Amino acid sequence: MESFLRKDQEKLGVFVCHCGRNIAATVDTKRVVEEILKHPAVVHAEDYDYVCSDPGQALIEKAIMEKRLTGVVVAACSPSLHETTFRETVKRAGLNTYKCEIANIREQDSWVHEDREKATEKAVKLTKSAVEKVIRNEALRPVKVGLYKKALVIGGGIAGIRAALDIADAGFPVVLVERKPTIGGHMAQLAETFPTLDCASCILTPLMSAVAHHPNIKVLTLSEIVDVEGYLGNFHVCIKKHPRYVEPDKCNLCNECGNVCPVAVSSEFDEGLSLRKAIYIPFPQAVPSSYVIDINACLGTSPLICGKCAEPEVCGPQAVNFDDQEEIIKENFGVIIVATGYELYNPTNLGEYGADVYPDVITSLQFERLLSPSGPTGGIPKRPSDEEIPKKIAFIHCAGSRDERHQPYCSHICCTYSAKHALLFKELVPDAEIHSFYIDIRAVGKNYEDFIRRVQEETGIHYTRGKVSRIYEQNGKVKIFGVDTLLDKRIELEVDMAVLALPMVPVPDIQDLASKMRIQIDGNNFLQELHPKLHPVESATSGIFLAGVAQSPKDIQDTVAQASACASKALGILTQEKISHIPTVATVDEEDCSGCSFCISVCPYGAIKLVDGKALVEEVLCEGCGICVSTCPSGVIDLRNHTDEQVSFMIRALAGEI
Amino acid sequence: MEEEIEPRILAFLCQWCGYQGADMAGTSRLKYPPSIVSILVPCSGRIKIAHVLEALTKFEGVLIAGCHVPSDCHYINGNFKCLNRVALLKKILEQMGIDPARVRLEWISATEGRKFARVVGEFNQELKELGPLNLAHTNKNDSISLPGVK
Repeated sequence: MESFLRKDQEKLGVFVCHCGRNIAATVDTKRVVEEILKHPAVVHAEDYDYVCSDPGQALIEKAIMEKRLTGVVVAACSPSLHETTFRETVKRAGLNTYKCEIANIREQDSWVHEDREKATEKAVKLTKSAVEKVIRNEALRPVKVGLYKKALVIGGGIAGIRAALDIADAGFPVVLVERKPTIGGHMAQLAETFPTLDCASCILTPLMSAVAHHPNIKVLTLSEIVDVEGYLGNFHVCIKKHPRYVEPDKCNLCNECGNVCPVAVSSEFDEGLSLRKAIYIPFPQAVPSSYVIDINACLGTSPLICGKCAEPEVCGPQAVNFDDQEEIIKENFGVIIVATGYELYNPTNLGEYGADVYPDVITSLQFERLLSPSGPTGGIPKRPSDEEIPKKIAFIHCAGSRDERHQPYCSHICCTYSAKHALLFKELVPDAEIHSFYIDIRAVGKNYEDFIRRVQEETGIHYTRGKVSRIYEQNGKVKIFGVDTLLDKRIELEVDMAVLALPMVPVPDIQDLASKMRIQIDGNNFLQELHPKLHPVESATSGIFLAGVAQSPKDIQDTVAQASACASKALGILTQEKISHIPTVATVDEEDCSGCSFCISVCPYGAIKLVDGKALVEEVLCEGCGICVSTCPSGVIDLRNHTDEQVSFMIRALAGEI
Repeated sequence: MEEEIEPRILAFLCQWCGYQGADMAGTSRLKYPPSIVSILVPCSGRIKIAHVLEALTKFEGVLIAGCHVPSDCHYINGNFKCLNRVALLKKILEQMGIDPARVRLEWISATEGRKFARVVGEFNQELKELGPLNLAHTNKNDSISLPGVK
């Protein structure tokens, strides 16, 4: 057996968790205890059903006090789950939090292996490696640093609005960044919301107005995140604000400019079902309450081609400003909430449904606009092709969702909103015949099942379980082909209009934004939470939180709840006077430092400087990556509690040499 | 043909991506050979060439898993530092007569449990085919050639 440093001083306790049968079924925990007791530093070892439970933690505390333990190893689940839990446990019994290490014998052992003998051997090695590490851990205390008591919210949909208001109401400044000319997001486009059929605008627009007038909220529209640096409490963010060409403070919404503007393009707000001018307001309740020039549609400001909107007899208040410039804004924030929302999956990907070819095959968001009193047809649902009111209509669920060829996931809201569409449509067209093609009806929210039943009773909707294979338009009718999988029968149906429930997908450049913030995306490009149950709104980067559909498809209720959860987490940070910075930072043995400054050139944070010809680490700036350690040619830099000596002893323990 | 070995693998897993990916393999109950053991490192850029060489005196292969290049690294560019070092290390291994394939660098994100399990399975098979690593007998005939020197 290897001799090692400080073995006489160290007295360790090892606690091996069964995790019910999760570990014990594959790892012989009794044998791990026996083997680890042979280690000269280990004076106490035991196994227990659930070490993370209260009685389990009490065992640790008791052993620390009775046997005067100097350190603890818990062989259990991944440190991502309960390292903090167990470090708090040892702290209660008087040990430094860093005198506790976790051996991951569940996620990286019992769950991935079947051979009990080999899994047990591996558990012993992993536990010994943790023992070798903890006896060389220094007792460290977190470094306390100041923070910027300000929040950045990215995305001005209902998620961003809710989070911004919650934080601002608690008294902290918020910057709300939105890429489009107005906040409001997709919710502003909706007619009514399920299951209560509240008017979406009646819920949303007062909140938008509250944001606009809140003394603690600064709204930056037409703005994008260029760069994010720094860390929890001290994020340095660079924001690009595109020119609006209309000064919001002066614009009085008279629409004289819109009247004279010669350019008409398709309206984003009406999902292409109406036209808007190059100078326009997205919708009357937009925030900021101002027109904007769509510079890509405008005939030109530089050189000025048309300029009609700016003429004094047109824009009385002289709000149009062709000289408006792009602005780069640099601000510091303590926390960031990402709520970038979604887009509908592009229907042209579903060639067999012909949404890009046939005018009367429309998306669900287009149908929302047709149902909305503020929509292109004033709330009377008319077919785009001939403006006739359709009498027979079909809703196609899972048009790309739960489909390996498109998006494999369930988009969560389509079943319920399609039912809502049926109900609203029936109210407007009482003699309508409504069909709905579904795979399963997944109405999983509170009161949603009742809502579906109500829709069935009130609309006489024909639900057909089965996938639609093809849609085309012929002689002014939309023909639908598919299969009824309950009756095992082919279906052919002729309707006036078909509505596709397309998947919700994250915004296209989500990966780029995620990279800037060093947060991760999942296999479907949604933002990845740190842990689905322990940290559902946290990202992998401390101080960055996730809300709304950017994290996963969800309805407005869940989005708002998640946004408030993010705000609550953010406030937990902003209300502190100082925040803890990790003490596991780089240290330099100054005596032998040659002053070569290689470490300075590799440090990503500029945390090292040369003082009197020696490298000096500024602890508050050091994030503990250890890149300088592996760079130093003199070998005089080390990482606290992840020293070269510790790595070397862990290698030996894992090789079975200790 | 030498007797088939059960190759021992040491993995250096960065705490943000590689280690989390390995955890995800566990959460998904994917199976891979038990001969792999891991050390959690803060960043793949923390790994010293010396650590890998030390590991190769005790293991048949070393796996390094970090955050995807170019820009997933939690520490901005530690993954690139690692990438360059591994390239250098592979040259050193060649000079020592050790097959550079015994060191494998992979970018594995927190959600790529499937990739982690697949990589371990593949690497295990490759190392089986390479056979035992007998350091005393490597490089016995080859003379070390310096670039540009005959």
